[in-house]
Amino acid sequence: MSDAHPIGLTIRGGVKVYPGTRALKGVDFDLRMGAVNVLVGENGAGKSTLMKVIAGVESLTEGRIEMGGQEVSFRSKADAVAKGIGIVFQELNLFPNLTVAENIFIAREPLRYGIDIDAAAQSEAARKLMARLEQDIDADTPLGNLRIGQQQVVEIAKALAQDARILILDEPTSALSAAEVEVLFRVIADLKAQGVGIVYISHRLDELIRIGDYITVLRDGEITGAQSMQGVDIPWIVKAMIGEGSKEFPRVEAPVFGDDVFSAKEITLPRLGGGYTVDHVSLAVRSGEILGVYGLMGAGRTEFLECAMGLHPMARGQFSIEGKPLTERDVTGRIARGLALIPEDRKRDGLVQIMAIRENLTLSALNRFARLFHLNLRAEAKGAVEFVKRLTIKVASAENPVSSLSGGNQQKVVIGKALMTEPKILLMDEPSRGIDIGAKAEVFRTMRKLAASGLGILFVTSDIEEVMALSDRIIVMANGRITGEFLPNAGAAAVISAATPNKSKDAAA
Amino acid sequence: MTNSQSNGLNRADLLLLLLRLRTFVALILVLAYFSYAAPNFLSTANAVIVSKHVALNALLAIGMTFVIITGGIDLSVGSIVGLCAMVTGWLVLNGIDTGLGYTVWFNTVEIVGIVTLVGVLVGVANGVLITRLGVAPFIATLGTLYIARGAALLSSDGRTFPNLTGSVEYGTASFPFIGMGTILGLPVIIWILIGLGLLAQYISRRTTLGRHIYAVGGNERGAALSGVKVARIKMFVYMFSGFCAAIVGIVVASQLQASHPATGETFELNAIAAAVLGGTSMSGGRGRIGGTIIGAFVIGILSDGLIMMGVSSFWQTVIKGVVIIAAVVIDQAQSKLQSRVALQQEAAAGK
Repeated sequence: MSDAHPIGLTIRGGVKVYPGTRALKGVDFDLRMGAVNVLVGENGAGKSTLMKVIAGVESLTEGRIEMGGQEVSFRSKADAVAKGIGIVFQELNLFPNLTVAENIFIAREPLRYGIDIDAAAQSEAARKLMARLEQDIDADTPLGNLRIGQQQVVEIAKALAQDARILILDEPTSALSAAEVEVLFRVIADLKAQGVGIVYISHRLDELIRIGDYITVLRDGEITGAQSMQGVDIPWIVKAMIGEGSKEFPRVEAPVFGDDVFSAKEITLPRLGGGYTVDHVSLAVRSGEILGVYGLMGAGRTEFLECAMGLHPMARGQFSIEGKPLTERDVTGRIARGLALIPEDRKRDGLVQIMAIRENLTLSALNRFARLFHLNLRAEAKGAVEFVKRLTIKVASAENPVSSLSGGNQQKVVIGKALMTEPKILLMDEPSRGIDIGAKAEVFRTMRKLAASGLGILFVTSDIEEVMALSDRIIVMANGRITGEFLPNAGAAAVISAATPNKSKDAAA
Repeated sequence: MTNSQSNGLNRADLLLLLLRLRTFVALILVLAYFSYAAPNFLSTANAVIVSKHVALNALLAIGMTFVIITGGIDLSVGSIVGLCAMVTGWLVLNGIDTGLGYTVWFNTVEIVGIVTLVGVLVGVANGVLITRLGVAPFIATLGTLYIARGAALLSSDGRTFPNLTGSVEYGTASFPFIGMGTILGLPVIIWILIGLGLLAQYISRRTTLGRHIYAVGGNERGAALSGVKVARIKMFVYMFSGFCAAIVGIVVASQLQASHPATGETFELNAIAAAVLGGTSMSGGRGRIGGTIIGAFVIGILSDGLIMMGVSSFWQTVIKGVVIIAAVVIDQAQSKLQSRVALQQEAAAGK
């Protein structure tokens, strides 16, 4: 088998150190040509770092990279491109206002006599690439007119146009429909037949098993499994991904649950181009309970939370708080009823970066410190300091800009802001995203404490370990639907397979 | 080692303080220079004249500051000044012909009320265009700039309303007092500036409304998710800007005792300049009323001082431009230094 798939690139003893963390701890990796090398691991396991190293975006702190028996070093992405390595990032780097051909040749436009762009040659080359990828895409249509799946193909064409012999695909299917995934897989099969070495990163384990030839599993910067795909099944991958001894976030005492504090009935949110992003979701959270909603990217989890906050006017269905229906339509009204959202993207949605910590903390609950319109600044400062203490936010002064804080402390400010509104139910979207392991544990401890004090918590995550360890009850979502409900003693494998969208059922439906 | 480091930090702190107070420093420098170069500049009489010139721009700039803090821009204020001046002139001279054979006349207070309402309504139009119809602030207010100016020209067919001296009969004898009168030795316009300045300062620092204005400018999505009613806040700032412009329109008509439809042309640019000079960030979220007023004084003193020195008005225009650009360049330097100092402090606290 190794004869059929020669090794195109190897990494030996790869170490990558970032300030404060070791993202890769002595990784040995072989990349085989003419095959799909799948790479899997939890968020923060080091997959992205490894790929960035191969693509020349980052360079190794220690260790060496070899191609064809010779050591190579990539100082920049351009060095890697020159060696025939292309990468398609999860977020597409394309220009919707330019045509397909212009996108493919951006910053490398063919020139006529070094003066103007040779549009004809450019379009011709783009057409040939589309033919090679067996795509019926006109090279002269604006990219914005294409579906996401087609745009992904354009991104691949862009890499191929630079003579990529090694192609890295980072979660290429996360935004694709089932039909578009099939198209992508055909393209991958063609490229494989042409001898291109493909690195495929995904969280969707069934996909990996379907198209992978070799698998490498990363955990905490170390490789915990590397072999050919034969005999590999989902339980094997899960075991390699999360290990035997899982990290513990122990409960202090047995939780006491009260009545339903929050419930959703038949929530739907139509998707652009048919179907539902949130597909008839019904669930309930009791006071004192931590309900974990597990699902992959694009499962509709975030959208569900947004529906609850009143951000989608198109959403239908009924939310209730303490049994009484939620009739308020805007965010302000829903916050007043006792809902609070901790958004996934702190920078974009959670904080006003240029404001002080105090101002961010009190933003949602300013009325607490105001009579009519007059703000009592002294009371506000006192309230802010109280929350800084309560949540153990490490700051020199509450007057510092919030942007000066670390990720974990920023997250605590967002939590504090939500708590100041005295919510009955806390909605948390990926509460541990972008914060280091120590801060994570502290955020989790805070969540436990809040639940113990009678708050209902609904949190959404794509981290299996987190959902297993933290939840009192687990709900799994896939393709907008609830596909399973588990108690925390259920196995991780069962939860993960429930989260894997069932393609055949999809096609039938 | 530790010593030199803390010294470095102190020097950065000092520089930062100086940069923060840059508008004030500029004001003092400009004042010092002109009192040296142009005798009489510091005389009380001259100070009053300069203040009167500055006050008009400062009033507009106060309204503009709120708009810019939310991340918007209001280009229509100059035209609102013109329109409001014309409405003022019309009401003083002609009253309102009801079409039933008699004319309704208004006294000074009523006129002020009606005209400010006109200014606020143009602000409402701006706000509706921006919040409900999703027009970019630059375009929306550019449109109302033309519409309001056109309406001003139409009102008199392009002619001036002369002799707005008011009349005892209709209760408008007090009208000239707005632009020319004094209270306790200070011109009325200065009192208006003090009143409006304090009001705006109060709003910006001590009210939920003010806090929300800053939040919308700092992160609109984040503010909305925190329960801030973004559309309402934006509506307010454009209405407030229209209100300030209406006041200026009334004052100008009263000062000149005439109203001309071209009144207020390019006033919006001076107002933006004053706000920017005072440290308001065009990308929103940052700005102070006090800074804006000082900025207006720097611009005003600069142009009046240069006139007293006999510098060509063409040169004045060039100098104004240089000062504005310099202000923004320094602003950039400040934010860079500020984030560096904050990062150092955080690093020192973390380890």
